[in-house]
Amino acid sequence: MSELCDQDGATLSAKLTAGEVSAVEIVRSSLERIERVDPQLHAFLTPTPQLAIERAEELDVYRSSGAPLSPVAGIPTALKDVLATNGIRTTCGSKILEHYVPPYDGTAWTRLSGDGAVLVGKTNCDEFAMGSSNENSAYGPVHNPWDLSRVPGGSSGGSAAAVAAGAAVWALGTDTGGSVRQPASLCGVVGLKPTYGRISRYGLIAFASSLDTVGTFTRTVRDAATLLSVLGGNDPRDATSLEGDAVDYTQGLEDGVAGLRVGVVAEAFGEGVEPGVAGAVRAAVDRLEGLGASVGEAHLPHADYALSAYYLIAPSEASSNLARYDGVRYGFRAPGEHADSVAMMSATRGAGFGAEVKRRIMLGTYALSAGYYEAYYGQAQKVRTLIIRDYAAAFEGFDVLVSPTSPTTAFAIGAKADDPMAMYLNDIFTIPANLAGVPAISVPCGIDDAGLPIGLQLTAPVRDERTLLRAASAFEADLGLQFRPPLLAA
Amino acid sequence: MPVEIDIAHVARLARIDLTPEEATTLRAQLGVILEHAARVREVATEDLPPTASPVPRVNVLREDEPEPSLPVEEALRNAPDREGDRFKVPRITETS
Repeated sequence: MSELCDQDGATLSAKLTAGEVSAVEIVRSSLERIERVDPQLHAFLTPTPQLAIERAEELDVYRSSGAPLSPVAGIPTALKDVLATNGIRTTCGSKILEHYVPPYDGTAWTRLSGDGAVLVGKTNCDEFAMGSSNENSAYGPVHNPWDLSRVPGGSSGGSAAAVAAGAAVWALGTDTGGSVRQPASLCGVVGLKPTYGRISRYGLIAFASSLDTVGTFTRTVRDAATLLSVLGGNDPRDATSLEGDAVDYTQGLEDGVAGLRVGVVAEAFGEGVEPGVAGAVRAAVDRLEGLGASVGEAHLPHADYALSAYYLIAPSEASSNLARYDGVRYGFRAPGEHADSVAMMSATRGAGFGAEVKRRIMLGTYALSAGYYEAYYGQAQKVRTLIIRDYAAAFEGFDVLVSPTSPTTAFAIGAKADDPMAMYLNDIFTIPANLAGVPAISVPCGIDDAGLPIGLQLTAPVRDERTLLRAASAFEADLGLQFRPPLLAA
Repeated sequence: MPVEIDIAHVARLARIDLTPEEATTLRAQLGVILEHAARVREVATEDLPPTASPVPRVNVLREDEPEPSLPVEEALRNAPDREGDRFKVPRITETS
């Protein structure tokens, strides 16, 4: 049975504007769904039901005055727990921030809440957004609503699972190497990673600053466009924020793909790609061709080196960013007497960080240490130049590129937990877009033999979210499937 | 060949206390990851410029206008230990 919380943002916003439903009704529907499914999913670390109801009541009062509503007003929204929220604890899925309560809101949330979006909770994630399965959360894994024995992907797995299960109508996540697109693919929802710098990162707790991008989880491409229209636009508080005011990305969304040049990334169909995934993506390409797009084979010849470069650049930047957790300012300090400050810091970090975070800080510290910097970090930055040139060459011949989002559908919890390299390979198709800063989106494109969703990744040149969203929207409309996890059938 | 790492030295640099088990596991895992990562050298030629930011912006400036700052109590809200209006830490020694 479809309830209010199962509908997309555009539908709910239209009903709210027409007075057919109240914000309180919409928000209650979402909160009831959280109560029903979250004991099984564990998508939320900190639900905020009281605040949500208060906010919805305020909005209904405002609405009764006949004032115009933003398309995000009254919509139940979840935030990955790496985005700072004033007065609401923000843990990054880590013990080291278990009791950290930020004294301010990040810009992304300020913009949404300023337009009336309603926060229903902070979502579970891999610790400091490091992971591809959500198993690295210090608070326990998230379960995939399509099959509770499987991972939802990561690192924004809680946000993806929440949207797939109707616990939130949409959610924000962050994407450093695929952490929005990969979980969106594994949970059967739309995941947008815009251009690097498109959405302000003020108030995003940093992982790898040259890669981190705020992104969205929605049930439709239109909702992704709506959110980006509110979230985009320069923020003077973030020096990496792109210039220019926010624009309306819903304009021209349904203009179709006739004449659009679609490049199929040849390197993304090799070893390790499940046949069901490759088949669904090829069928999607046929569909785009049927809609009038011209299709050809594209190449990213250095994509094979992207993973290597990423696992030097991201940990190096992480080792620097996470130096701030020193047991002085963010809540947690290892108990007991400490001989001096260095002993206190080392004990705090040893006790507060989980295995994957330690692994990456150690990796980055080594790669940046005296004598090794040029051999590792310096060389990785050169490979980054090659990846950017690959995209530039590919986009001379094509408007968008397509590939699978992830080589596989959702895998079993525990299947890759003891093999970091196997886990890192999940992001092999998503990482190049982060290295190059280009916008990319994962759209559900099919279901495999095990009944699990498959994601199609579309990629466009830097700053061209408009073409990206238009292509994704045309594909979504033509496919015409509703992706609804079996969890909700009961 | 997996890369050989002085784990104790790196842990000291990173200011992380590791248990002996963690040190053993990390030594093996980092060795394998770095072996894979070192593949960047196969294509990173001398003449290639490095890229630090994918969408670089330069000279991002704003007006230097005074604004209210975070109140002291707010700034100290998450302090594990404090003394008056300051964060309190254990003794800081010379690192000689």
